[in-house]
Amino acid sequence: MGVEGIGARVARKEDRRFVTGAGRYVDDMVVPGMKHAAFVRSPYAHADVKKIDVKAAEAMPGVIAVLTGKQLKGDGIGNLICGWMIHSKDGTPMKMGAWSPLAVDRVRYVGDAVAIVVAETKGQARDAAEAVEVTYREKKAVVDPARALAKGAPQLHPEAEGNLIYDWEIGDGKAVDAAIASAAHVTRLHIVNNRLVPNAIEPRAALGHYDKAEDHFTCWTTSQNPHVARLVMSAFYNVAPENKLRVIAPDVGGGFGSKIFIYPEEIVCLWASKRTGVPVKWVADRTESFMTDAHGRDHVTEVEMAFDKDNRITALKVDTIANFGAYMSLFSSSVPTYLYATLLSGQYNIPAIHANVRAVYTNTSPVDAYRGAGRPEATYVLERTMETAARELGVSPAELRRKNFVTQFPHQTPVIMAYDAGDYAASLDAAMKAADYAGFSERKKAAAKKGKLRGIGMSCYIEACGIAPSAAVGSLGAGVGLWESAEVRVNAVGTIEVLTGSHSHGQGHETTFAQLVAQRLSVPLDTVSIVHGDTDKVQMGMGTYGSRSGAVGMSAVFKALDKVEAKAKKIAAHLMEADEADIVIENGELKVAGTDKKLPWFQVALASYTAHNLPAGMEPGLKETAFYDPSNFTFPAGCYICEVEIDPDTGVTEIVQFVAADDFGNIINPMIVEGQVHGGIAQGIGQALLEGCRYDPASGQLVTASYMDYTMPRADDLPSFKVSTSNTPCPSNPLGIKGCGEAGAIGSPPAVINAVTDAIGDNDLTMPATPLKVWTALKAATRH
Amino acid sequence: MYSLNYHRASSVADAVKLAKKGDDVKYLAGGMTLIPAMKTRLSAPSDLIDLGHIGELKGIKVSGKNVTIGAGTTHAEVAANEKLKAVCPAVSDLAAHIGDPAVRHKGTIGGSIANNDPAADYPAALLALDATVVTNKREIAAAKFFTGLFETALKDGEIVTAVRFTAPAKAGYEKFRNPASRYAMTGVFVAKGKANGKDDVRVAVTGAGENGVFRSKEIEAALSKKFDAAAVEGVKVPSKNLMSDIHASADYRAALVVVMAKRATAKANS
Amino acid sequence: MKRLVSMTVNGEEIELAIPPYRTLLDVLRNEGRLTGTKKGCDVGDCGACTVIMDGSPVNSCLVLGIEAEGATIETIEGQHAGPDLPHLIQEKFMDHGGAQCGFCTPGIIMMTKALLKENPNPTESEVRFAIAGNICRCTGYAKIVDAVLAAAEDLRKGRTL
Repeated sequence: MGVEGIGARVARKEDRRFVTGAGRYVDDMVVPGMKHAAFVRSPYAHADVKKIDVKAAEAMPGVIAVLTGKQLKGDGIGNLICGWMIHSKDGTPMKMGAWSPLAVDRVRYVGDAVAIVVAETKGQARDAAEAVEVTYREKKAVVDPARALAKGAPQLHPEAEGNLIYDWEIGDGKAVDAAIASAAHVTRLHIVNNRLVPNAIEPRAALGHYDKAEDHFTCWTTSQNPHVARLVMSAFYNVAPENKLRVIAPDVGGGFGSKIFIYPEEIVCLWASKRTGVPVKWVADRTESFMTDAHGRDHVTEVEMAFDKDNRITALKVDTIANFGAYMSLFSSSVPTYLYATLLSGQYNIPAIHANVRAVYTNTSPVDAYRGAGRPEATYVLERTMETAARELGVSPAELRRKNFVTQFPHQTPVIMAYDAGDYAASLDAAMKAADYAGFSERKKAAAKKGKLRGIGMSCYIEACGIAPSAAVGSLGAGVGLWESAEVRVNAVGTIEVLTGSHSHGQGHETTFAQLVAQRLSVPLDTVSIVHGDTDKVQMGMGTYGSRSGAVGMSAVFKALDKVEAKAKKIAAHLMEADEADIVIENGELKVAGTDKKLPWFQVALASYTAHNLPAGMEPGLKETAFYDPSNFTFPAGCYICEVEIDPDTGVTEIVQFVAADDFGNIINPMIVEGQVHGGIAQGIGQALLEGCRYDPASGQLVTASYMDYTMPRADDLPSFKVSTSNTPCPSNPLGIKGCGEAGAIGSPPAVINAVTDAIGDNDLTMPATPLKVWTALKAATRH
Repeated sequence: MYSLNYHRASSVADAVKLAKKGDDVKYLAGGMTLIPAMKTRLSAPSDLIDLGHIGELKGIKVSGKNVTIGAGTTHAEVAANEKLKAVCPAVSDLAAHIGDPAVRHKGTIGGSIANNDPAADYPAALLALDATVVTNKREIAAAKFFTGLFETALKDGEIVTAVRFTAPAKAGYEKFRNPASRYAMTGVFVAKGKANGKDDVRVAVTGAGENGVFRSKEIEAALSKKFDAAAVEGVKVPSKNLMSDIHASADYRAALVVVMAKRATAKANS
Repeated sequence: MKRLVSMTVNGEEIELAIPPYRTLLDVLRNEGRLTGTKKGCDVGDCGACTVIMDGSPVNSCLVLGIEAEGATIETIEGQHAGPDLPHLIQEKFMDHGGAQCGFCTPGIIMMTKALLKENPNPTESEVRFAIAGNICRCTGYAKIVDAVLAAAEDLRKGRTL
């Protein structure tokens, strides 16, 4: 590793603009003639729309247009789609209800958009939006997924009888039932995975601009994947053909999954721009974000885990109901199926697994991928069950896990995944050592003397990143491929631009991708620029989610660099009259090994563009492209240990220590990796102790619609973290990278709840384990 | 926000005069509650009269045990005032833990008590300290000033100019923050002062009552016997008339009243 | 009806015509074209819009622009140690990886400046308490806290804010 190459802890190139306030986010954009939009949204969770009267609103000061769903439909704008086909176990395709970008006849959740107002100022647009008179006939709403499945529940979509989207299964049910019937011990749990609101601090925003002269649209949007946005808006929503639509995702203030999806607002802003002839900008306010960003999690699960007399797991049976909200968001169907049930083997050798998943409509915000997407839910089910089993069996939680670890690789699980590499015991040992696990009982005694209840819990997670290869995900129902593209342009003066289909919204790609190039071509980091987030600049790419940018996006850069390097060596060999095989790249120069012959980079680059003296038949230029499709998923894994102290008087949980030992394969920049892990853990601790999205069960109103009611992790809620990494390189990509973006959010919730339940001796606690819940549990325990 | 007229008052008299002109006039102190309420359209005044530049509303005077805090004094100023810290550190401590630094540097004691948010901190202090609220027209005992949720004895156009109290021998404040909003979910101010030459223990609770701040007779009785944290142990506070919401049930709040009272007393004695 | 308001922003006296209901945040971002100050919630709960007004940190979304008549405002754009040289706190945020998506960063840097002016020698828990009004969704705060403590350490070695 050089000082700037792979593995170096270099400061981030993008930070100079971020720390000086020079970052450019969608809300910072100003286009000449730009006007402002506000949406008219349903105040009801479920209602028929009888009439929309826009007259009063149209007459308000500054109003340019008030547009409704009828006009949108009239112009041929299509419904939103879910891009991953799942078939129920009876073979029928999933039941997708229609989702119009502006509701026409029916609204299905609080916040469902029914009209857009375009006005001179944002304030005028909002005032006019309030003046749009919508006549609703309120219907009964249902927010709880189990209740939505019950007979007589309010029906959301005619396409989905009984609100059931699909009833899907994976694994061998008969083998599992047989194993449970003959088990020495069965651990059973009812598990709730609480609904979360992603809460990127930059609210979603869209700026649509139709250029009449060019008959061309530009959309600036808060997207993690601008090319996918363009594809979907063109192919399915009829906004414009791809060659007439440019999508730009500039600096984006956090995504966590919620900015993968194409939402109604960007479609409507583009359409409204053509209708009104002015550029139209919309920026969500925070309550709009709470109401309309796709939420995460929201599973209810029954789990049974069977053991033989030696405490080896013989089977796992899982029955999950997944709340999808009012509409099927873009990748919603994949989250509780292929991103969830396929991870239910965890780090363990489990001979038989069966999972059944029912996806259900309710009158709530759509639910889709949120940091971890399915894998946190799987890990929570498994690691809560393992901890509970250890308690029931009277064995140490570490030893029960260790006994059941997969130790031989490759390992084929009963639920599709083939693990390629890992050393689970190494992470467990590292975490236990860092946490001084052995010293816990002394610490517990000391805490008891202070009147505190101390508990410890662990979680051994595995996850799958960089979903691939495309052919395999296609066979599972994905509507897209999951490769990535890269273009490396060596300029005539030797500086380098890398154009990537990945998108950075906090991950630091402008630094890590440049580190790879600096290492490979032996050039200074400052001479490398990373270009991303603009469909007019960058060829088709798939974007950033699922911790894929390192493993897939950087691998594409790696492949393009292979081609650049090969061509540069050919040119250098030709110019220096040497054998191509003898050319080495060192210190910014191409050298003939064993001689003092050398050419600086820029000279080779320049030669490629002057083309005065190239090898016979060689095309001029030094610019190469690669599309990289990995051969397998990557499998990051690790062990997290959480230690808590609980104040029995108030129910307050303090995390006194949090240890993470992760195996991410090779690491490009340790500072950035640590930051990703910290952020993930903070979101996991948020889920475990603080965050819970709540709807009123009768009215379907969102109760937690602001930071006054939805508890965000703040600086004084969190401890400092002890993080470390080990490395078993990933064999399925050229860089040996596994991905680190979601691990923290996946591994931490069960560690926290295992610690809290250990401290209070009540295993039924649900997330978030708020002071109220912990206090209530302790009080009930003293009554018994 | 709807359109609005803004006036910057130069004195209390000027503010009162300006207030007579508009249809729906609101005084703007720190704006920490009023501005968000205007954004969400819960409040839509025609005229705002900014009290932020009135010199006579600012500052803290301490004379012996007598404390006067100008209504326009920010929480940060209350927290940092050395003279106040010397005679009544409990009030300094309370102010130092209101909201976050941005709120503490803009929000004022006058704005806070005039708004009388049921989860605000100052009302508990004023009630327990038997403080007097001074307005441009009269003086009102704290017990008469806080009349209900977001309601006070203030009449239209009346302005709080100062808060006055006698520093007690001992006082302490402890709150349990709402995990999300960080307002007091239950806050208890205990004070041991003198009334008619006798010891007088007063305990006020904020953040918990359905009708805003109130005195806890149960805790007062226990602490009157002995002003010691241990004396509060095991006291039963009824949950009737306590608020219940997603963050805390009435029973939980009742338990927190006891715990916070215990901790506030320990602070008072430290 | 717009009103003419003058204030000193980052050392420069400016005069702007603004409607009275417009917040300082919107005035800075729109009329002032200083977009470094961010809008995360617009109701004073997230701290992304923190600026320093007359020496004290405020949520600029909770201050009317017109209230700032005659005031001195410091925003992220005004923070630097010299032409093209980052300010001490900015430098430490870069060194320690205190920024990820960058959206909460300007507000946290301004709050840090206010903290270190009041307390140049904060403990970790004092730092955490001081920035508790600033929500960061990316970092888990660990590297932000490292950066603030590192800036404080340099401050004690004689560097200036």
